[in-house]
Amino acid sequence: MNKVLVVGEHAQGKLNVSTAKCVTCAKAIPDAHIDVVLLGSDLSAVAAQAAALEGVQKVLTVQRPENAEPLAAVFAPQIAALAKGYTHVFGPSTTYGKDLMPRVAALLGVGQISDIMAVESATKFRRPVYASNVILTVEAPAGKTVVATVRTASFQPTGSGGKATIEAASVNATLPSYTRFVSRSQASGDRPDLQTAARVVSGGRALASAENFKLLYKLADALGAAVGASRAAVDAGYAPNELQVGQTGKIIAPELYIALGISGAIQHLTGIKDARTIVAINKDGEAPIFEVADVGLVGDLFALLPELEQAVRAAK
Amino acid sequence: MSNPIIVGIKRVIDYSVRVRVKPDGNGVVTDGVKMSINPFDEIALEEALRIKERNQAGEVIAVSIGPSDAQQQLRTALAMGADRAVLVQVEQPVDSLTAARVFLKLAQKHSPQLVILGKQAIDDDNGQTAQMLAALWDRPQATFASKLELDGGKAKVTREVDVGLETIEVDLPAVISTDLRLNEPRYVKLPDIMKAKKKPLDVTTLSDLGVDAAAGGGIRTLKFEAPAARSRGVMVKTVPELIAALKQRGVL
Repeated sequence: MNKVLVVGEHAQGKLNVSTAKCVTCAKAIPDAHIDVVLLGSDLSAVAAQAAALEGVQKVLTVQRPENAEPLAAVFAPQIAALAKGYTHVFGPSTTYGKDLMPRVAALLGVGQISDIMAVESATKFRRPVYASNVILTVEAPAGKTVVATVRTASFQPTGSGGKATIEAASVNATLPSYTRFVSRSQASGDRPDLQTAARVVSGGRALASAENFKLLYKLADALGAAVGASRAAVDAGYAPNELQVGQTGKIIAPELYIALGISGAIQHLTGIKDARTIVAINKDGEAPIFEVADVGLVGDLFALLPELEQAVRAAK
Repeated sequence: MSNPIIVGIKRVIDYSVRVRVKPDGNGVVTDGVKMSINPFDEIALEEALRIKERNQAGEVIAVSIGPSDAQQQLRTALAMGADRAVLVQVEQPVDSLTAARVFLKLAQKHSPQLVILGKQAIDDDNGQTAQMLAALWDRPQATFASKLELDGGKAKVTREVDVGLETIEVDLPAVISTDLRLNEPRYVKLPDIMKAKKKPLDVTTLSDLGVDAAAGGGIRTLKFEAPAARSRGVMVKTVPELIAALKQRGVL
């Protein structure tokens, strides 16, 4: 039998949907017993949410004041200690999981498989490399713990009709004090979260200023969409870093992705390959974004944006 | 010189190259393909140089693990301003765990205040080495850094995380992994390229360092494939046509 430990992600009393996606990936492992581990200082609310995830047998909670903030140096030794007896340890390929999981792997003395996009067997997985221009099939060695991150854009969240047991775990690990949390700036506003939104409106360098970039927000609000940006737009200071979509930013899979003034560098396309419908609006008809767009429109952004916003509102 | 900084420099296919899988599925086409320093590693080196220019560090040591040809990327690193370079020459690429063990050996040898690595290499997109090194070295890690301030024996690091920006404080020595907005790397000038030729570039091996690549993670690549391509869709001429197309696809 395979035993999978999913490292849960949460903030402010809410379980991140990345955990439900990791459980779906874990369910693809043949004959898998799945547990979720949560670390934090107050876990009562999130433990209940994790216990409801379909396919999960047990939720392990490690509640202590040192776990108030998700510091990899503090979490990793606890997860490594709990990994004993598990064949697989999975975390999400969010910044939380990317920060934490390699540290867990090294403590266990094993390699890590990054960004699982498909499970072929208990030890064989598919993952993207070279900005998703190449897909590898990789095999983990037999008899060693498989530590991996799960590419969240490749998996749907598991259902929420489960009834797992919740168990407080005691961990015998020395925790370092050489890393200290200072502060975090939360994304502002009540727009949908970019990583999980069904619709995303994204802007590129052609927006030409932070002021113009705000025009995008009107369209996004009309659509109930999250806002994204190309690297060029973020580098130019038109949009904050957490909006960046692409190889080195967020990899997303919305139902609808509208790219405005984005030329479509390979590194950007990596981030949107799994979107169901891609719409491209660009003044350059030769832009590479049109090669992957399901619907393309060549024209002036600034003329089309207000018209599109109105048309969307009228179409409701 | 005390207080050195070690920087990782990986030789990768240039970011502008459209990478193709070999017909036999055993790798990617590298013949005649432009090779460069991994962009995140250039940022790592630039940050180390800026710290040194503020008189907050001694030597900047650029380290690459790669084939003999990686000397080209190390020469570029020297031209940018690194004081010396070390090539750990390998015939086959090493995995992240082995790379982390190499950096651990070098950290133990040079006692740096910082090891700065890229957050990921744009070839294998693994994003593991910095965190693994920090674990093996039992030191703090500050990944995805977009701002780094040194203050005595500590560093304040701003990190690019999914919800926005996070700031942490770490004791030194520490491992930093760089994100895109940490800095903009300088251009290399011709006289610097000439000067770089006289700077030391030592070549060593895994066995010299006492690292066994066979004891790495052991994850094998079975197959390289091109991804399923998205096909080109329809072009529309007006906003009403666009709205109609979206309705037809059931997304509006």
